[in-house]
Amino acid sequence: MTEVYLSYNNIVSSLGFDSETVVSNIHNEISGLQLIDDKEMFFKSFCSSIINQKELNNSFTSIAVEGNFTRLEMMMITSLNRVIQDTKIPLTKNVGLIISTTKGNIDILDKNSKFLEERAYLGSLGKVIKDFFKFKNDAIVVSNACVSGVLAVTIAKRYITQGIYDNVFVVSGDIVTEFILSGFNSFQALSSEPCKPYSKNRTGINIGEVAASVLVTKNDTNLAKEAVAILGDGSCNDANHISGPSRTGEGLVRSVKLAQKEANISFDNIDYISAHGTGTPFNDEMEAIAINRLGLQNVPINSLKGYFGHTLGASGLLETIVGMHSLYNNTLYSSLGFEEIGVSQPINVITKTITKKLNIFLKTASGFGGSNMAVIFKKINMTSK
Amino acid sequence: MNSNYYISSFCSIKNNTISLNGSMVYSNENMEFLEFIKAAYKSLDTNYPKFFKMDGLSKLAILAAHVLFKNENINQDKDNDIAVVFSNKSSSIDTDRKHQKSIENKDDYYPSPAIFVYTLPNICIGEISIKYKLFSENSFFIFENFSAQHLLDYANSLLSAGKTEKVLCGWVELDGNQYEAYLYLVTKIGTILHSKENIIKFYNT
Repeated sequence: MTEVYLSYNNIVSSLGFDSETVVSNIHNEISGLQLIDDKEMFFKSFCSSIINQKELNNSFTSIAVEGNFTRLEMMMITSLNRVIQDTKIPLTKNVGLIISTTKGNIDILDKNSKFLEERAYLGSLGKVIKDFFKFKNDAIVVSNACVSGVLAVTIAKRYITQGIYDNVFVVSGDIVTEFILSGFNSFQALSSEPCKPYSKNRTGINIGEVAASVLVTKNDTNLAKEAVAILGDGSCNDANHISGPSRTGEGLVRSVKLAQKEANISFDNIDYISAHGTGTPFNDEMEAIAINRLGLQNVPINSLKGYFGHTLGASGLLETIVGMHSLYNNTLYSSLGFEEIGVSQPINVITKTITKKLNIFLKTASGFGGSNMAVIFKKINMTSK
Repeated sequence: MNSNYYISSFCSIKNNTISLNGSMVYSNENMEFLEFIKAAYKSLDTNYPKFFKMDGLSKLAILAAHVLFKNENINQDKDNDIAVVFSNKSSSIDTDRKHQKSIENKDDYYPSPAIFVYTLPNICIGEISIKYKLFSENSFFIFENFSAQHLLDYANSLLSAGKTEKVLCGWVELDGNQYEAYLYLVTKIGTILHSKENIIKFYNT
């Protein structure tokens, strides 16, 4: 079986425009969330992590001289550009491009958008990114709700193990729009204060935005220092409800078991769980139930939503990248926003950032449509700091 | 990686006609999409009242799956190890426009969770998974055009990695009055080879 690695990576977010800066902010428990009162964007104030437009423009103009790009395209290009630069891999026929997003350029549907409606189609987004960097292959766009970002990584792995590509660049992104805010608000799932995953008085989610990119490769030379190997993955539907998670955590339990089976490790080997933890009553409760059914309740766990909010189709990749750095830095990052435990089953929420020898982590995600995803990653560089 | 897989049956819904393995099972001309799909639902003895709550894309996908799975004798009362790999061009744009319309006017603001939940293309896979108890992997891909090669590669990768027993693959597209569904089931035993040529041939049938 071909080993597949996650290597060079980047995060463009309100906490910085490269992974190291972002992770160092997380280390210092700095949140990108803030209260936003902008009636143009949404009729009531909301809590979100939003990328500063001026900084994005500055960063973008250093790589692109001309052309009209949407905000999301600028974020994605800025992020992917850094990873392509770092890897120095020529974009030949053996190099694939995967884009994960839930809503892409959905802001174009707004009647005030200066872009043509065609640009709102996700295929157009794929073409813009492909053409910008001159990839030889068409972009593969995956849009599978909130598991998209981590699903994209396993899709890349499959393309590599099938022998179709040697290297795959994955870029994921979603933006904060009235479209999304009004939708989650109609579900009464939107919190007006910073989210509190797994806490007793959690009040719902915050929507955030990021673009995140990673190189997925089978080449074990010239890997990034924080590179990880993908040991196993699993994805199972709840077959229960389109907008609510399963009460029993069935799909998530099955996903983790599938990933563990492929990884061929014991659950005792898992040092850390990077969970979904949106801060809604039902999601967090479902995860706690699933984790207990799996016997993983003592493994340190966090949700990173307290730093970025829920970044939809990008969240899975964003959190995977932070997990890679977590292993490399041998540091468990605090689950920001956590107060008193508020799920019915015990879980070991990380309340304070601490150093600890780490080797293997489990990333999980769940989303609308009943999707669940679990991937197990192992550190490559044993001589890390 | 060179194991052979097979296409056990295929279903298409286009031009106001539903066909299974190339033979027509229902046709009703001179109707707009939503009218047509409702008439087809009634005529095909689907008996799944949730259908009426679904958006157009999910109605299209679930009816195609119904025709295909009925032919395959898929038992709805037990777990079925069938992964779902769908694709289209327009994602959920049809429902996206509806949600956008509901927030366009500040004096007439009516976003609804019943519509918003369908602003994701993979919801139609969720609907199929619920109806047929598919606790399996699902992925929704967006391509400018139907991509037989991608579906072939991806279904093969799931089967050869031992992730699933069967894969329900296809294209479910809805944009205004333009619609098209083409689903086929990939299995480990059978007679018709799971090849790019056959996927394209049946797509054009």
